[in-house]
Amino acid sequence: MHTMIVLIPLLPLAGFVVTLLLGKRVLSARPEVVSLAAVTASWVLSMIVVAHVFGAHDKAIDFNLFTWVSAGSFHVQWGYLVDSLAAVMLIVVSTIGMLVHYYSIGYMRSDGGYYRFFAYLNLFMFAMFTLILANNYLLVFLGWEGVGLCSYLLISFWFHKKSASQAGKKAFLVNRIGDWGFTLGLFLIFTTFGSLQFGQVFAKVSLVSPGLVTWISLLLFVGAVGKSAQFPLHVWLPDAMEGPTPVSALIHAATMVNAGVYMIARSYPLVSHSHTAMLVVMIVGTFTAIYAACIALTQNDIKKVIAYSTISSLGFMFMALGAGAWVAAIFYLFAHGFFKGLLFLGSGSVIHSMSGEQDMRRMGGLRKKLPLTFWTMLIGALANVGMFPFAGFWAKDEILGGDFSAHYYIVWAVGIVTAFVTALFMFRLMFLTFWGENRASAEVQRHIHESPRVMTVPLVILAIPAAVLGLVVGLPPDGGWLHTFLQPVFFNVEKEHFAWAGTGGGLMALSLVVVALGISTAYVAYLRRPGLPARAAARVPWAYEASYHKFYMDEFYNAAVIRPVMGFAMWLWAFVDVRVIDGAVNGLAWLWGAFGRVLRPLQTGRAQSYAFGVFAGLFVLIILIRYFWGA
Amino acid sequence: MGWHQQAGFPILSVITYLPLAGVLAIMLFGKGRPLFYKIVSLVVTLAAFALSTVMLLRLHTHLPGMQFVENFMWIRRFNIHYGFGVDGISALFIFLTTLLGFIVIISSWHYVKDRERGFFVSLLLLQVGMTGVFCATDLFLFYVFWEAMLIPMYFIIGIWGGPRKIYAAIKFFLFTLVGSLLMLVAIIALVYYARVNSPVGLTFNIQLLSRLVLPHHLQMWAFAAFFLAFAIKVPMWPLHTWLPDAHVEAPTAGSVILAGVLLKMGGYGMLRLCLPIFPDAAVAFIPLVVALSIVAIIYGALVSMQQKDLKKLVAYSSVSHMGFVTLGIFVSIAVLNNAQGMEGAILVMFSHGLLTGALFLLVGFLYERTHTRDIAAMGQLATPLPVLAGFFLFFTLGSLGLPGLSGFVGEFLSLLGLFHYSHWMAAVAALGVILAACYLLWMYQRVMFNDRGDDAVRPAFSLADLKSREIVSLVPLVVLAVWVGVYPNTFLNLVHLPVQQIVDRVVPSLAQAHGGALAQLVHFTRGLL
Repeated sequence: MHTMIVLIPLLPLAGFVVTLLLGKRVLSARPEVVSLAAVTASWVLSMIVVAHVFGAHDKAIDFNLFTWVSAGSFHVQWGYLVDSLAAVMLIVVSTIGMLVHYYSIGYMRSDGGYYRFFAYLNLFMFAMFTLILANNYLLVFLGWEGVGLCSYLLISFWFHKKSASQAGKKAFLVNRIGDWGFTLGLFLIFTTFGSLQFGQVFAKVSLVSPGLVTWISLLLFVGAVGKSAQFPLHVWLPDAMEGPTPVSALIHAATMVNAGVYMIARSYPLVSHSHTAMLVVMIVGTFTAIYAACIALTQNDIKKVIAYSTISSLGFMFMALGAGAWVAAIFYLFAHGFFKGLLFLGSGSVIHSMSGEQDMRRMGGLRKKLPLTFWTMLIGALANVGMFPFAGFWAKDEILGGDFSAHYYIVWAVGIVTAFVTALFMFRLMFLTFWGENRASAEVQRHIHESPRVMTVPLVILAIPAAVLGLVVGLPPDGGWLHTFLQPVFFNVEKEHFAWAGTGGGLMALSLVVVALGISTAYVAYLRRPGLPARAAARVPWAYEASYHKFYMDEFYNAAVIRPVMGFAMWLWAFVDVRVIDGAVNGLAWLWGAFGRVLRPLQTGRAQSYAFGVFAGLFVLIILIRYFWGA
Repeated sequence: MGWHQQAGFPILSVITYLPLAGVLAIMLFGKGRPLFYKIVSLVVTLAAFALSTVMLLRLHTHLPGMQFVENFMWIRRFNIHYGFGVDGISALFIFLTTLLGFIVIISSWHYVKDRERGFFVSLLLLQVGMTGVFCATDLFLFYVFWEAMLIPMYFIIGIWGGPRKIYAAIKFFLFTLVGSLLMLVAIIALVYYARVNSPVGLTFNIQLLSRLVLPHHLQMWAFAAFFLAFAIKVPMWPLHTWLPDAHVEAPTAGSVILAGVLLKMGGYGMLRLCLPIFPDAAVAFIPLVVALSIVAIIYGALVSMQQKDLKKLVAYSSVSHMGFVTLGIFVSIAVLNNAQGMEGAILVMFSHGLLTGALFLLVGFLYERTHTRDIAAMGQLATPLPVLAGFFLFFTLGSLGLPGLSGFVGEFLSLLGLFHYSHWMAAVAALGVILAACYLLWMYQRVMFNDRGDDAVRPAFSLADLKSREIVSLVPLVVLAVWVGVYPNTFLNLVHLPVQQIVDRVVPSLAQAHGGALAQLVHFTRGLL
């Protein structure tokens, strides 16, 4: 079993090295073969490991391979931990990872950097597997930065575009800000507990002052805010859509952006000890959920809408974590990985068929021409808005139920409003894309075609869990298979005691009504009365502008952070370094030279003046000597 | 342990003087035969590298004290010895020196057009000086090598440098010389004191001097003099302004050696001399050094961001990275049980030698193709130069501290050491890691990607990607950068014991710390007047 676990990340790493070195020359005919083989093998191994964990229940596999860093009193192992939480992550990451690899054969076929793309995807799988399988914080951090690197490489994959290389850099830098907090969190964990290994840290939580636990949790959460694109560090994720669409599906929807949620869930024994930290996590998550949903409402780029929807969904997960609905958060993560991955791959299929067009204002009526894409995306959208009985419904309602039963009524209310907005913008996307008349140019219209089999089959496969996952693992609510499975990880979580026939059922019915309302509003606004949204926008132009411009966050950062820092750096360079410091150095040299120039006239080269000097000096000396000794 | 038991021949002297034998051969037979002197240079440096690897493998990591010791009386009148010996720290640096030594020979194969033989001779002589500094166990011998390595470097910049080479060479020389002369005065004072007031009598032996109990005022002054010499070499802020000029004007090989080895002399000197000989003074200087190091980290990074010249950018990034070195060294002696800071500092030095050495090589390769170092004149070079861009990205990522590559481990340990000393200072210093990503990725975007507009930029020159000779010079650095990142223990094991010895020597002084170093210096100055 240990060998298998080690191989799960190792195979994609080997695939990366081989593809990168040999992809261009040796494997030029089929450069994707090696990386496909690697992820497929990793998927098989993952399934075996998951099955084992499921069978061996509540016996986590935790082992060290070798001592990674050992200096002074600091020792960290390279080791893996597979428990039920890691197993759930393994299912999501390995399955979607593999499907995206296959999908990319179709999507990226004609791209010049085809082999490079597969190499990076493999590297990403290695880093992501390392992140979820690590048994200590430092190794998590390695995977964490590793997925960040791959995100950078894949967002700026088309580096000849300024927007793409800009977006890649932005993603890395914003994440670095989060990682600053993460690093300090690691330091504080180490100075507090003397170890970074999960088992050793969690065993001693109750011995440590609550203030320290709060600080540690908050610092870790700063990292999570960066990686999982929560307000105010969410600004990189929409720009990340510059990357090829399979990347958006894999990294920026289904796996990497969940890393923050995973890390907070992994730190459950720490975070759950701090009421303050939980509260902060919940407030940030709740705010992000509604905030991002409001932006998604007015965006025209199909991928941007889904990106903001992802930010909003991640906010939902943090809302759940903070409210203490730990299992619900992981349940949502589980379901979200499938339906959001599906939505992105579906949008990729749309873009592919529309010759690269991403603006929904120039789409429409694709229902008939792309039937498979349409039906699978419809399932994804229904799951995303939380329509009965799709996967999102069960997960979302556990979260809302959790908020309610923890007496966070305001949070619950915001969640309900977000559900409405989500239904509205998600079906705005669906109606604009698949219904009505096609608004593209004739040239583009002629080329519309359903995507090849290699792209549609992954859509169909993903549609299955998006549709039925909730029914399989989430029933009955708050007591389904997933709950039993995750019980050993979140060992101390109090079960919500709902009478699901009473309050719980009422809440469910309410949220279903809200979702239906959202969908019908979208139907009226975008199909029945197409002029309505423009009139609404004209009525409250400031609200529309604010949403359309993403509440001016980029402009704010530019004015408040980037420009002042750059200006300060310029001042340091042009004034402090060149003028003051180097000025002092050169000034000293000049002074020395000037001193020399003052003395230079003495060196005339005329023998008689030297002789005069010699005699004059002798005379003075004799007088001095006589004065001091003679008298 | 002596060389007899460990190697069977005086291996340190052989490693040190092998390049000198090469110089001799080149002087005698090399005139007008470029292939001959290049091959001789390559052979002697490769042999030195092979021997230093052997030396590293045979080093006993669990034995305290010096190993492979060679010790002969040299100048009896002053009890000066020809003393060679290494511990884990110096062994690691000798390994780095000989590694970069043969890499610059490979990379300079076609680099200079003018007086090429002299160039190779200078490189070899430089290596003799550098290796000697790391081997010397006698303070006098140390000083001789310290000064000796200055001269070939001066010529490398002054003869084979860029347009402002004379200014840069003299600036480099004067800066270093001021420090060295102060150190010389301190050495004389130190040895004189030992002769008059201590049982060991007149000695230049570093080990013996490191056991003396020196009076406080002598410690403060002598430490300040030694420290200034080393701080200039590091270079610490605000003594750094010679570095960008020297780097910009130096030929590629000069920059590689300068960044890769010469800067490490500063950190090495602090570890070998400043801390063990003057422990009380070192403790008194902790707050000042830590503050200056943090300033260097942030300042170097911010100034890097505004550079227009690629080499200058990398040069200022060195100021920032070397801040982690002085930081790690001094926080380790500031708190009990904090040796990881010093081990981190050593690892930062080693890793900086690999990564920044490689970055300078790559800037040189770019320059040979584009004939410019102006960042604004480049753009989207990843299209014509994919292999070069790949290597460039690798070392850029290493330099910005990506976990899994060498830069991360050292900086992490150094910052962790600082965190033990002060939480909020660590929070400030860690901002340097964010800034490193800013200036490096922005630089990478402007050079290799596109920051002008969404249309593809066509580079104006027809460019050929890396040749196999150039790839060969980079591959060892790639391998080592990954090795240090994934399994740093290979290298950390070498330094555990020496670091512990240094820390154990200094830590007792913590108990009797006297307050701020500057205040004390002012106080003693009043006493003198």
